[in-house]
Amino acid sequence: MRRGETIFALLGAAGLIAAAIAAPWLRFVLTVALAKGIAVLGILLLLRAGQVSFGHALYIAFGAYTVAFLAPALPDAFLLLVIAALGSTLLGAIVGLFVSRYREIFFGMLNLALSMVFYSLLEKLYTITRGTDGIRVNTLSLFGISPERAGYEWAIFAIALILALGLGAFARLYLASPMGQALAAIKTRETRLEFMGVPARRILLAAYILSALMGGIGGALIAMTTRHVTPLLAYWTASGELVFIAILGGAGGVLGPFLGAVAYELVRIYAAATVADMWQLILGAVLLLVILFAPGGLWAMLAAALRKRAA
Amino acid sequence: MTHSLTRREALAAGFGAVLLPATLSAQPAQRPSELKIGITTFLSGPASVFGVPSRKAAEMLIEEINQKGGIGGIPVRPLFVDEAPGTDHLVGEFRRLVQSEGVQVMFAAISSGSCLACTPLSGELRKVTVLWDCGTQRIFEEGQQPFAFRTQGYGTPEVLAPLLYLLRHKPDFRTMAVINQDYAWGRDSWEIWKTAMDALKPGVRVVAEMFPRFGSSDFSTEITRLLALRPDVIYSTHWGGELVTIVRQAAERRLFERSLFVLPVAEASMQLLGRTMPAGHIIGTRGDHWNNHPKPRDPAALQRFVDGYRAKFNEYPIYPCHHMAQALSALQAAYAKAIEAKGGGWPSDQELANAFRGLTFPTPTSTITLREDGQGLEDQVVGLSSHSERFPFAVPDQMILYPAAQVSTPAGQKSVDWLKTLQPAMVQQVGQPLSAA
Amino acid sequence: MAGWFEENGLLLGLALLDGLASAGLIFLVAVGLNLVFGVLRIINVAHGSLYAIGAYAAASLGMFLAARGLPDWAALPALLAAAVLVGILLGPPIERLLLRRIYLQEQVVQLLVTFALFMILEDVQKLVWGVQPVHHDTALKLLGTVDVPFGADVIPFTAYQLFLLPGIAVLTLVGLAWFLRRTLMGRIIVAVTSDREAASAMGIDAARVFLLTFSFGAGLAALGGALSSPTAALVPGIGAQTIVLSFAVVATAGLGQIEGAALTSLMMGLGRSIAVYFEPELEVVVPYIIMVAVLLVRPQGLFGVTETRRV
Repeated sequence: MRRGETIFALLGAAGLIAAAIAAPWLRFVLTVALAKGIAVLGILLLLRAGQVSFGHALYIAFGAYTVAFLAPALPDAFLLLVIAALGSTLLGAIVGLFVSRYREIFFGMLNLALSMVFYSLLEKLYTITRGTDGIRVNTLSLFGISPERAGYEWAIFAIALILALGLGAFARLYLASPMGQALAAIKTRETRLEFMGVPARRILLAAYILSALMGGIGGALIAMTTRHVTPLLAYWTASGELVFIAILGGAGGVLGPFLGAVAYELVRIYAAATVADMWQLILGAVLLLVILFAPGGLWAMLAAALRKRAA
Repeated sequence: MTHSLTRREALAAGFGAVLLPATLSAQPAQRPSELKIGITTFLSGPASVFGVPSRKAAEMLIEEINQKGGIGGIPVRPLFVDEAPGTDHLVGEFRRLVQSEGVQVMFAAISSGSCLACTPLSGELRKVTVLWDCGTQRIFEEGQQPFAFRTQGYGTPEVLAPLLYLLRHKPDFRTMAVINQDYAWGRDSWEIWKTAMDALKPGVRVVAEMFPRFGSSDFSTEITRLLALRPDVIYSTHWGGELVTIVRQAAERRLFERSLFVLPVAEASMQLLGRTMPAGHIIGTRGDHWNNHPKPRDPAALQRFVDGYRAKFNEYPIYPCHHMAQALSALQAAYAKAIEAKGGGWPSDQELANAFRGLTFPTPTSTITLREDGQGLEDQVVGLSSHSERFPFAVPDQMILYPAAQVSTPAGQKSVDWLKTLQPAMVQQVGQPLSAA
Repeated sequence: MAGWFEENGLLLGLALLDGLASAGLIFLVAVGLNLVFGVLRIINVAHGSLYAIGAYAAASLGMFLAARGLPDWAALPALLAAAVLVGILLGPPIERLLLRRIYLQEQVVQLLVTFALFMILEDVQKLVWGVQPVHHDTALKLLGTVDVPFGADVIPFTAYQLFLLPGIAVLTLVGLAWFLRRTLMGRIIVAVTSDREAASAMGIDAARVFLLTFSFGAGLAALGGALSSPTAALVPGIGAQTIVLSFAVVATAGLGQIEGAALTSLMMGLGRSIAVYFEPELEVVVPYIIMVAVLLVRPQGLFGVTETRRV
């Protein structure tokens, strides 16, 4: 299974590259999908512990706005990625210290509250953040080279793909490690974990900080791709979208978030292109169908198909 | 597990279908079989009160254009995009329409945030983008946009004109309050007003600055506070359902009897308010296209548009509809100019952009000229709300027309800087009363 | 301090009056969500849609009856009738057809199903009622205004917002409390809320309880919407705005706690209106600040019962 997962990941990456070559506008969509997939990896970690965060858009927005604010002074993509990652990790640590004490609905709602406070701040501090108009990000340079548009888009796509593969592999390793395995115990019987001498809060906190890191990286990538950041990145429906993608893709394996993100973006575009004023209904219906008839998400469907082929 | 495979296959098929169309980012200058226009507007959420009527107007007008042979002899086909999902979705759609669908022109957008995201893209993709409704002054004041053209006015004249009207109508007010939506337009429209007011009439005391959350449905607390503070003037750039709620709640609690309201974007809500809208308050329409304009340039054309829209959709057109009409009128004029300049050949994107620059095109009420920087000069007509037998809703009375060039920021300057330089004498010098028909 | 009160005491008084009306509405919407969560343990994101549909239905019913010559005084009962109709017509189908399938699934999946339902219902609202603002304020106008003395001045308040809304909220609170404490059905609901397994073991038909509770909760959401419809113009998207506030109330109040919901609504209503008077920019974040503050001190919510740790 693990080898199947790796093979499929590489196949998927190749498929994405092929798609991006064939259709330049798809490159943009797939980069955003990869960025969201990375953020959803973080949600996945928390899902293992049975906790749903309804406010992870906070980290995406934080990463995106970090890029937007610092880009004029430091127009280097790699540097900005590192700073955004560090910043969101720090933020995740601070928030996590507070939030990791709570479980289930309180965990979810507290995250929601914090993301909505951030959203309100972004909107209200108009003079600094330009409010709902948003901030534009110019094309960045990479290692001193300033590529023009097409080259730049390829570069960001490549960075996103590499980060996706890398962070996906890391997530898989983490989930297989003792700290990752302990997460599942939080979901089933946290007290027993404590009896074993494992501090459940610290386990959750570690997973939370990692999820913040991934959210921040995803947000930074989104800022570098769409080149326009608005407070809506922090709104609760954006957080809901992340959870949607997590379930659509399936929480069974690290490939799930990426399958889900690509499927989500494509469905949304298709829905908006065909019936521009009913796209919400179509997305909702798709989600319902997946949940009711394929509760393991796309990943589970894929895994089942692979197993059948192997059998 | 048959249905799992079919779902995968369906996804793959959709993926493939989306890959197949030819993709070129630059449009070759050969005559296409149809003129595709990508139009972004709000089809969901609260702003759909603007978006859906504007879509209806677009479809009606494009059908008329096609019946008369289209533009340059080829039929026009609109492709609508919903702005509501957010800018990242919109930016993706913009690219898809330009690079995959191969649209000739983009029309964007209602929301200022959408415009600010799309205009740089228009420059990069070198695709003419007509800014048909957004009002932010930042577009042309923060850099050059060689492929973007705004076929209507924008925030600065739309706020300055009602202010000038107020200063003429009630020159000795001493206190005021503002209640605007808490987002960019609400903040910008306050900044413009305040800067201009401090220059034209220094010393006015602002007793309350309230920015309720966008999408609020209850303003009773804010109204109570305004009742208690009793400002002479209340300024609000609210629109849509929220303006309807504010007016109804305020009218019920007699706030309109205590303070004079200035509502620069009220026109779109007048039909919904019907006779509830109190008379004698200052209203604007983001332009000059009132249904009861006493001296339109082409009364028959105005009548035809209004009657045609009413016959089809059972409601009067509101200003987004007029703005859409302006954009289409400009498009026709630009193509005519470009095709002529090319001796009958089909213009490339650059040639179309050149035709737009400095273009003058007709509207039913007047003519609009596009400046060197792409900004359109649209006159503003402001009046006092009044009721008559002719319309079942409030229309302006004692109208004053403010010529665009005199109330728009000169090209190359920032609005806030220019507004600081205004002189009080301007109040009497600018603005020609329009006699009622 | 005394000086501040002298200057602003009257304004504070006005703020309290305003806060009461808004607290009443918040309570009506949130208490239904809280009940549903307490019993079914599902966070119903579509609760906001039920609020919106209740509002639209009330406006439509009012306009329909008015066109048929119904006298004005019947506008008020018409509101209540609309809410009941929505509760009866939408509650059972949603519970039976949708929620029943997912009771055994994880919480996050249940949440997403309601999220998907929310997305679908948003577009359904647009399909049925269109995008133009809808309003029918006969009930508001009917009750007229009340002139509240304010120093030498008077402030007109609508009797609807000053008396009716808080009145109905208080009635609902008292009625619910009585129902839950004194009737058999009510006590069954409380039993299922505290311990579902034990209640089933006692022979309680959980399925019936769920159906009843959900329909009741839906009716309460619709009631909140119906009662708010005379005051506001209804546009697409009002459901989405209400739901976040309701989430915050539920988390702050404690699971299934009616009195907690009442107290929380009061705090949030008053907090918001005081903010509008003295620091308007804080108004949007007040609910979240309250929620975070309460949860810091009492992690299980205001009146929440600490869950016994299961081993």
